[in-house]
Amino acid sequence: MLKCRTVWKKLAPLARTSSTLCRQNVRKAGLNNGRIPTHVPTAHMSSGLPGGGGDNLKYALLVGAASIGGVAYAYHTMKGDQQRYQARITELSSRSQKAAAKESVTPIQPQPPATTEPKPEAAPSSQEPSPPASGTEAVATSETTELPPAVGSTPASLKLPSHAPYLLLGGGTASFAAARSIRARDPGAKVLIVTDEPDLPYMRPPLSKELWFSDDPSVTETLRFKQWNGKERSIYFQPPSFYINPEELDSVENGGVAVLTGKKVVHMDVRGNKVKLDDDTEISYDKCLIATGGVPRNLQVIERAGEEVMKRTTLFRKIEDFRSLDKVSRNVKSITIIGGGFLGSELACALGRRSTESDLEVIQMFPEKGNMGKVLPEYLSNWTTEKVKKEGVKVLSEALVKSVTYKDDKLEIHLKDGRLVKTDHIVTAVGLEPNVDLAKSGGLEVDSDFGGYRVNAELQARSNIWVAGDAACFYDIRLGRRRVEHHDHAVVSGRLAGENMTGANKPYWHQSMFWSDLGPDVGYEAIGIVDSSLPTVGVFAKATAKDTPKAATEESGTGIRSESETEDTATSAVASVTPAPVVENKDDYGKGVIFYLRDKVVVGIILWNVFNRMPVARKIIKDGEEHADLNEVAKLFNIHED
Amino acid sequence: MSYCREEGKDRIIFVTKEDHETPSNAELVADDPNDPYEEQGLILPNGDINWNCPCLGGMASGPCGSQFKEAFSCFHYSKEEVKGSECIDHFRNMQECMQRYPELYPQEEDKDESAAPSDSAALTSESDSTAVTSAVSSDSTSPTDGQTAS
Repeated sequence: MLKCRTVWKKLAPLARTSSTLCRQNVRKAGLNNGRIPTHVPTAHMSSGLPGGGGDNLKYALLVGAASIGGVAYAYHTMKGDQQRYQARITELSSRSQKAAAKESVTPIQPQPPATTEPKPEAAPSSQEPSPPASGTEAVATSETTELPPAVGSTPASLKLPSHAPYLLLGGGTASFAAARSIRARDPGAKVLIVTDEPDLPYMRPPLSKELWFSDDPSVTETLRFKQWNGKERSIYFQPPSFYINPEELDSVENGGVAVLTGKKVVHMDVRGNKVKLDDDTEISYDKCLIATGGVPRNLQVIERAGEEVMKRTTLFRKIEDFRSLDKVSRNVKSITIIGGGFLGSELACALGRRSTESDLEVIQMFPEKGNMGKVLPEYLSNWTTEKVKKEGVKVLSEALVKSVTYKDDKLEIHLKDGRLVKTDHIVTAVGLEPNVDLAKSGGLEVDSDFGGYRVNAELQARSNIWVAGDAACFYDIRLGRRRVEHHDHAVVSGRLAGENMTGANKPYWHQSMFWSDLGPDVGYEAIGIVDSSLPTVGVFAKATAKDTPKAATEESGTGIRSESETEDTATSAVASVTPAPVVENKDDYGKGVIFYLRDKVVVGIILWNVFNRMPVARKIIKDGEEHADLNEVAKLFNIHED
Repeated sequence: MSYCREEGKDRIIFVTKEDHETPSNAELVADDPNDPYEEQGLILPNGDINWNCPCLGGMASGPCGSQFKEAFSCFHYSKEEVKGSECIDHFRNMQECMQRYPELYPQEEDKDESAAPSDSAALTSESDSTAVTSAVSSDSTSPTDGQTAS
């Protein structure tokens, strides 16, 4: 020992560095139940141990706490995953049971490979790249190899495609328009649409307009509506026979459009050109379109208000929302719509119409001064509000919701200015949150000003990826970067994206339009940037009864303007002109045209109760010229004529 | 007489019919017929058929799309005296295909349902040439005029 001490003193500098190492060893040794490394100098140990002991304690406490935390976390995760795990296990065991059943040579009926709406259970029979399934994949293949002898008619390739040349995410208007465009331009194209809704592609505008005016009591089932001129059509763009089954996509000769319903895309691998669905299926693509639209926004006060309030709130967007609201409107006494924009006002008018038949109370509240306050100049917004009131709606303007509570089987809405509104059901129409779920995994840029995926003028986000519809924040060459949430824009941008996916390289140029009907007396079409904060010039004439949406559609015989351009016909329909009753409209703003200016250039136009003149409006916006006298420009519209 | 009023930043003008009788002196920029950005009608500037024309509805993209394209192309490029007379087989194929999908291509000529049935009526009727030329003329202007706006 003495020898070691002398050696230690001689090698003091060196020993310093080694001492730290030794100290650490000792601490570890302390934890290792006293297994002391023999190469450590005993002298050093004796000096090291007391200090090491104190540090030992702290270290032990630290590690102890960490391990407890770790165990707790693991426990919670395990518990949460247990259900999923159990489901997985049962699924695996059932699969092996099915395999066993097959091996006893019974025809394959439990495995339904040819369903048009493949459920997650069916998915495992197809490609299953995730590890738990790899074991059963062998089973699956043995199943398929046994199929041909057992039942010759069922082909072995009855599984979801693992590759789609054209993959469209989202099954709405933009997606359908793109599918049509791709099929038109690329002969034999194979297009796969993936949507998380259970429905085939449909158009949205009738959900807040025409469907409510239908006389048919089964309208919630058929989703067909009669237009003003008697023509009836479904909100679905095409009947089911138009589409092919996803399982047939690879094999069908001339290609087609397949729709995979009830599946959500959760991950996008841009480098690998593939996406992953919520059931872990992977689908690779050559060209991909993201047309996932968005989800309705909700008010924070409602989200925080608890389950009873949430149960009685509708966020209106889809078919199921229409169905549930229709049911609600027949069973409650009072409905309140929060929001004064397009959707809110249209629903208010639709429900207001219904209130005349029942004793339903319809209330609409919004922070602006009048309906469409962010779109129409103030004088027109006020005029519109009066019209909405005439449709049977109780309008509360300048209303900000402070809180919502559920009391005595009623919802109580407390406004910031002290007003209290008691109602049975709330419909929130306060905007759309664009869906950018795939931005992170796909490495896609999101726009901070407008929301949505940022794309260029050709609607491209990255190589092989385009975005169209509500979710696209695109560069409009004429009007600047914007994001548009209208039906016609979905059609136009979807079609353009489809063209560009088939090699066209065209920018967004054809300006989309939009329209709204607030009852039979107020209807307008609009194009461009229509923002009430811009200076406007309105040119009006007195309106007669002939200048209403109803008369316009009767005369042109084109049916309701919901008939999108994707449903257009080559021949002009025969117009059945019914003579309109001559009733003078006493209001000042019967019909006219309103110009929205930005730096003296017309960037937006509203055609107020003036129809079939959109090409002129489109031309003026396209030119982007400064006009000295807008009255002269207004002459181009012939507002006094029909 | 026209009457003008200002409400803040918004200007309102009321005009009578007489006020608007004189032709407008507003200048519009001349259109370039060969502008590649513009939406095309049924027939492209180079003479080809624009299969993506909204006027065709779902005809070129549906299950019978390829048969329709063959038939219509044949007709379009036909130089015969009776235009399209050599295309009978194509049209027959198309009709057979369409009969397999009665939902999409209703066989009645006067009923209007979905998927542009009047197209099939227009194109398979005897007066093919007149129907097609009317289709062409109605779409030599912008196909997305207010009449068919969505």
